[in-house]
Amino acid sequence: MKPVNGRSTGLRKRIGNITDTNLLMSITIVVFILMYLLAMLFLQKGFLKPQTFLNLLNSNAALIILSCGMTVVMITGGIDISVGGVTALVSMCSAVWLDYKGGSVLGAIFISLGIGLAFGLVQGFLIAYLDIQPFIVTLAGMFFARGMTTIVNTNPFNVQNESFVKLKDTRIIIPFLGSYNKRGDYINAYIEIGVVVALLVVAVLFITLKWTKIGRSFYAVGGNRQSALMLGINVRRTTFISYLISGILAGIGGFVYFMHVGSGSASHASGAEMNAIASSIIGGTMLTGGVGNIIGTLFGTMSLALIQNIVSSVGLDQAWWTGITIAAMLCTFLVVQSIIISRRKKSLMSAAGRNKTGGV
Amino acid sequence: MTAEKRKEGSFLSGLLRNQIFIPIAALLLLAVFNLLADPSFFEVRLGYNNAGSPVLSGYLITIIDCGTELAILAIGMTLVTAASKGQDISVGAAIAISGSVLLRILCGTESRPESLHAPIIVAFLISCLVAMAFGAFNGVLVAFFRIQPMVATLILFTAGRSIAAWINNNELPIVTDETFAWFGNYIPGIPIPTPVFIGIAFFILTWALLKFTNLGLYVQSVGINEQTSRLNGLNPEIIKLGTYVLLGLCVAVAGFIKVSRLSTINYSVVAKDIEMDAILAVALGGNSLSGGKFNMKTSVLGAYVIQFLTTTLYKFNVKSDALSAYKAVVVILLVVLSAPVVREKISELFRKLTASGKADAKA
Amino acid sequence: MQERSLLEMRGIYKSFPGVKALRNVDFTLRAGEIHALMGENGAGKSTLIKVLTGVHIKDEGNIFLKGHDGPVQIHSPQDAQNLGISTVYQEISLCPNLSVAENIYLGRGEGNFVSWKEMNRKAEKLLDSLGIAVGPTAQLASCSIAVQQMIAIARAVDMDCSVLILDEPTSSLDESEVARLFDLMRQLRERGTGIIFVTHFLDQVYEVCDRITVLRDGTLVGEYEIEKLPRVQLVSKMLGKELDDMADIKNDIPVFTDRKDTPVYEAKGLCSTEGIKPFDFTIRKGEVNGFTGLLGSGRSECVRAIFGADKVTSGKVKMDGKDVDITKPIDAMKNGIAYLPEDRKRDGIVGDLSVRDNIILALQVIKGFFKPFTRAQANKFADEYIKLLDIKTASVNTPIKSLSGGNQQKVILGRWLLTHPKYLILDEPTRGIDVGTKVDIQKLVLKLASEGMSVTFISSETDEMLRTCSRLLVMRDRKLVGELTGDELTQNTIMNTIAGGERNDG
Repeated sequence: MKPVNGRSTGLRKRIGNITDTNLLMSITIVVFILMYLLAMLFLQKGFLKPQTFLNLLNSNAALIILSCGMTVVMITGGIDISVGGVTALVSMCSAVWLDYKGGSVLGAIFISLGIGLAFGLVQGFLIAYLDIQPFIVTLAGMFFARGMTTIVNTNPFNVQNESFVKLKDTRIIIPFLGSYNKRGDYINAYIEIGVVVALLVVAVLFITLKWTKIGRSFYAVGGNRQSALMLGINVRRTTFISYLISGILAGIGGFVYFMHVGSGSASHASGAEMNAIASSIIGGTMLTGGVGNIIGTLFGTMSLALIQNIVSSVGLDQAWWTGITIAAMLCTFLVVQSIIISRRKKSLMSAAGRNKTGGV
Repeated sequence: MTAEKRKEGSFLSGLLRNQIFIPIAALLLLAVFNLLADPSFFEVRLGYNNAGSPVLSGYLITIIDCGTELAILAIGMTLVTAASKGQDISVGAAIAISGSVLLRILCGTESRPESLHAPIIVAFLISCLVAMAFGAFNGVLVAFFRIQPMVATLILFTAGRSIAAWINNNELPIVTDETFAWFGNYIPGIPIPTPVFIGIAFFILTWALLKFTNLGLYVQSVGINEQTSRLNGLNPEIIKLGTYVLLGLCVAVAGFIKVSRLSTINYSVVAKDIEMDAILAVALGGNSLSGGKFNMKTSVLGAYVIQFLTTTLYKFNVKSDALSAYKAVVVILLVVLSAPVVREKISELFRKLTASGKADAKA
Repeated sequence: MQERSLLEMRGIYKSFPGVKALRNVDFTLRAGEIHALMGENGAGKSTLIKVLTGVHIKDEGNIFLKGHDGPVQIHSPQDAQNLGISTVYQEISLCPNLSVAENIYLGRGEGNFVSWKEMNRKAEKLLDSLGIAVGPTAQLASCSIAVQQMIAIARAVDMDCSVLILDEPTSSLDESEVARLFDLMRQLRERGTGIIFVTHFLDQVYEVCDRITVLRDGTLVGEYEIEKLPRVQLVSKMLGKELDDMADIKNDIPVFTDRKDTPVYEAKGLCSTEGIKPFDFTIRKGEVNGFTGLLGSGRSECVRAIFGADKVTSGKVKMDGKDVDITKPIDAMKNGIAYLPEDRKRDGIVGDLSVRDNIILALQVIKGFFKPFTRAQANKFADEYIKLLDIKTASVNTPIKSLSGGNQQKVILGRWLLTHPKYLILDEPTRGIDVGTKVDIQKLVLKLASEGMSVTFISSETDEMLRTCSRLLVMRDRKLVGELTGDELTQNTIMNTIAGGERNDG
C-alpha cells in the first residue's frame, strides 16, 4: 500500500514544515533589520549610534510588555483592550500613592501589580467562565480604568518622591557602545531599568509559550477551541490564565511606563491598546488565534517605534504623520500577511488533494 | 386552547429569551432609577432660546436629540457586524474625516469665511462620498483580503484623526452661516431639535431598505454561512463591502449632525469613543457580535438606552472624563445579566421558585 | 458487572430542553471486540457517545468500567481520557495550527514542561509503528483529512485506552484508507481494546464488527451477535418496521444514449481550478445519470464545475442547444441548474436562519435584490415544500440547525425544487441521513425524472446509484475514464472500471 502522504517534493515539504507562526515572525524580523539598515545608509546621523537603538528600547519598554500580554491573549483567540487604560490607572495610582500619601516605591509596585491582577481576574472570569465576548468585557475594562483614573485624581502632575526619582533616573551603562559627542566627550550608552524588565518578560514568556504545557494550551485553544476541549485541555482555565497574564503584564507595563515618564495623568498611554494590538499583528500574531510568537511581538513593537523615528528624522514632523505612517505600515503588513496565508492555504490544499489521489 | 396555555406557561422564559428583553429591561431600570432619584428628570419644558424661537428642553429631549448620531451609527454597525462577523472601530475617526471634508468645502481655506464657499447640500454629498470611500477601503480589506474587521479598521482608526487634521491643515474653521447650525440644533419656529427629524427620516429609510430589498436576508445569509451563500448565487464579498459602504453613509450623516451642532470641529475629540458606544448598542440590542442574525430595532433601541445612561450620569454631575467608569459598570452588569450562562441560571431559579410555589399551594 | 465486560452502561437517561434524547439505555462492551452502535439519525447514538466521553453529563444511570469498583463519574472529556476512554470523531478534533507530534501528546502526561525532542522521537516511533507516513514536525493543517484522522487514532492508541470510540471515522476516507483503518482496528482488537464503532455504512459493519447494539428514538432496541442478524433485519430494526420499501425502487428508466434530441445540458472540455482533467458531459431531458468513483476521484469537482461553484478555467457549455456562459453559481441558477452540495453543513444550510428563509433563498436570489417575497408568499412556498417532502419541523420559523440531518437535507432539496430547475445535481444527497429518508430521496429522484427533469445523482453507495441512474460516468484520478449504460450497470463492471488497470495488479 502506498503512503497517503509524503509524496510532496522536498521544497514544498520544507515550506510546509515552517509553521505559520515562524513564517510571519521571520518576515517581521527581516523587515525590521532591512528598515534599520536603510535608515543607517540614508539617514546616517543618528542611526549609526548604538544609543539610538537603545533609545528605541528605552522609550518603548512599557509597550513591549503590554504587547506581550496582548500576544498571549490573541494567541488564545481573544483580545484585551483594557491594557492602555490599566497603564494610565496604574501610573496615576502610583503617583498619588508616592506624592500625596507619602508611600514607598515598593508599595507603589505592589499597587501596580494588584491593579493588574484585579483586572486580569475579573475580566478573565467574565470571559472564560461566563462566556461573555472578550471585546465587550475588556472594552468596559478600558472605560472603567480610564474613568477611575480621573476619579482618583483629575490633574496631571509630576512625581517628586525622592527614592522614586532616583529609581527613575537610574541608568544601566552598556560598555563599549558609547559614542563621542561634538566636543569629543565620551558619552556612555545606557538603558533604563524598564528595558531590563521588558526583556525579562519577553524571555519568560518565550519560554512559557514554547516549552510549557500551559503555553502550548494557549495555542491549542486559539487553534480550535472545540478540539482543544476534546483533547482534554481545560479550555476555560486556559482562557482565564491568558487574561490573568495580560492583566498582570498591564500592571507591570503600567509601572514601567510610570518609571519612564515619572508622572500621573489621565491621558497617559492613550491608544496604547491599539499600539499593542498593532505590534502583535506586525509581529505575526493573528487575531483569529493560534498563531503568534513573543520574539515576533518584540520586533513588531520595535518596528513600530523605528518607523516613527524614521518618519520624524526624515522631516515629516507634523503630528499627523505619525498616525498616518503607523496606519500605512499596519495596512501593508496585514495585506502581505493575508496574501501569504491565502497562497499557502491554496498550495497546501492542492497538495493534500494530490496526495489523496496518490493513495488510490 | 392547549396551545394558548403553553404560550402562557412559557411567556416568562420566552420573554427572558426574547431579544428585545435586554434593552427594554435596561431602559426600564434606568427609568425607574431616575423616577426614584428625581422625578423632574422626566419634565419637558417649553422655553425660548436667545433668538426668541420656541424650544423644548428637558432630559428626555436631550436623550432623543443627542442619541441620534449613535442610533444612526448603530444601524450601520449592525449590518457590518452581521455580514462580516466583526465590528468597525474606525467610525469615530471616520466622522472626524467626513466632518473636516464638510468644513473644507464650506470654508475653503479660510478659517472664518463671510459666506459659504459651496451650498450645504453639495458639501454634505461630497462628505458622504468621501465617507463611503473610506468605508469601501475598510470593506475591501475585510471582504477581499479577508482581514478580521477589527484589525482592518484599526488602520483607519489609527490614521483617521491625523488625516482629518491634514485635510484642513490643522486649522479649525468655523462656519458662521446660521442655516448650517439648524441641522444640529433648532430650526427657528420648530421647538423640536432638528437631529430628531433627521434621525426619524433615516430610520424610515432604513426600514424601507430592509422591507423593499433583500438586504436583510442576504446580509444574514452571508454572515451565517458564506459558502452556502456563494453556492446560492450570492457574492459574499460584494455584500460585505456593501455593508461597509452603507456604514460610511451612516458615518457621513452622523458627522454632519455632529459638525452642525458646534459649527466647527475638533479633530481629536469629535465623536471620541463613539465606536465603542455604537458597538455596545449593537450588543445591547441582543445581537451577537460574531455575526449572523440581526435585529435592527433592538440595536436602535440599544443606542438610545446608552444615551439615556449617559444623560442620567451627566445629570448626577458625573464629570465627562469619569463618565466612562460608571458606564463600564453598567455595561458589565448588563452583559453579565444577559449572558446565556447567567440567564439559564436565573430561569432555572425561576422554575424552581414557581415549582415550589405550586407545591406549597397544593399542600 | 459481568466477567467479560470492559464497559457497562446501565439505565442511562439524558434529556435536552424539549427532547428526551436517551431513555433507559443499556450498553455493554467486551474487551477485544469491535462493537457497532447503529441507529438512524436522532436515535441517540451521538448522545450516548457524548455521555460516555463526558461532553454531556447524564441525567440518570450508571457507568461501570473494568477495574473500578462501583460506578465511575465522567464529567469532562478529561475525566474520560483519564479512565482510558478515547474518542475519534467524524469531524477532526485536532488543532490545525499545531504540529503532528503536539496533536498526539497535547493535554496529557505529567509535569508542566514540554520536551520537544522526546515528543518528536516518540511520535515518530508511534507513527512508524502504525504505518502513517507523516513527519512528527509537520503542521497538522498541511496533512490530508485522512492522515489527520489517522493521527487522531494514533493519539488514542498511544493513550493505552481500553475503550476506543470511533464516531463515523470513515465518512471522509477513500476505500484504501478505510482498509488501512480496519487493519488498525483489528490490530487493536488483538491487543484487547474494546472498540465502539459508529457508522452509516452497513457494509463496513459486516466487514469488521463482532456485535451490534441498535438504538431507536433514544431507546435500546437490542444487542445482537453479528452472525445472527442479517442485513435486512438490521435495517428493519433500525427503522422499526419491515422494509419492503427498498425493494420497490426499481430502475425502469429508459436508456437515453441513442436519443437524438437536443441535450438539456452539454459541456465540452470543461475544466476548473480544482485539478480535474477537461471532460465532456451531456444530459437529456428526463434522464438520470451519475458520476461514480472513489472519494477524491474528482466526481464532486466535476459537478461543481458544471454549476460554476469552483472557478471554471476552460470549456464550452450549451443549454438546450444555445451557448451559455456559466462562471458563477448565479449564472447556472439563472439557466435552470440546481446543485445540492456534498457537505450539507458547510455548503448547504444557513444554520441560524429559519426553515422558510432556507427554502426561499435560492429563488429569492434568482428573483433579485429589489424584489423580496412578502412574508405570506414565503410562508406559502415553505409550507408547500414542507408538505411535499414531508419535512418534520415544528414550524416554518424554526431555525434549520435544530432539524435532524435528513430533514435539513430535505429543506435544501426543497430550496432547489422551488426554483423549478431543468437540471438538478445531487451530490451525495443521502450521506449521513437515515435509511428512511434515503429511500424517500431516491424515489423522489425517479419521480422528478419521470416528470421531465434531468438529474445527476452522486452517491458513495453503488447500489443506490444502480437503482436510480440509467447511465454512469466513472471517474478515476480526476479523469473521466468510462461511461456505463444498460447491461453494463452492475456492481462488478463498475468496480472494474473504477479500479481500471491497477486493480489487476493486486
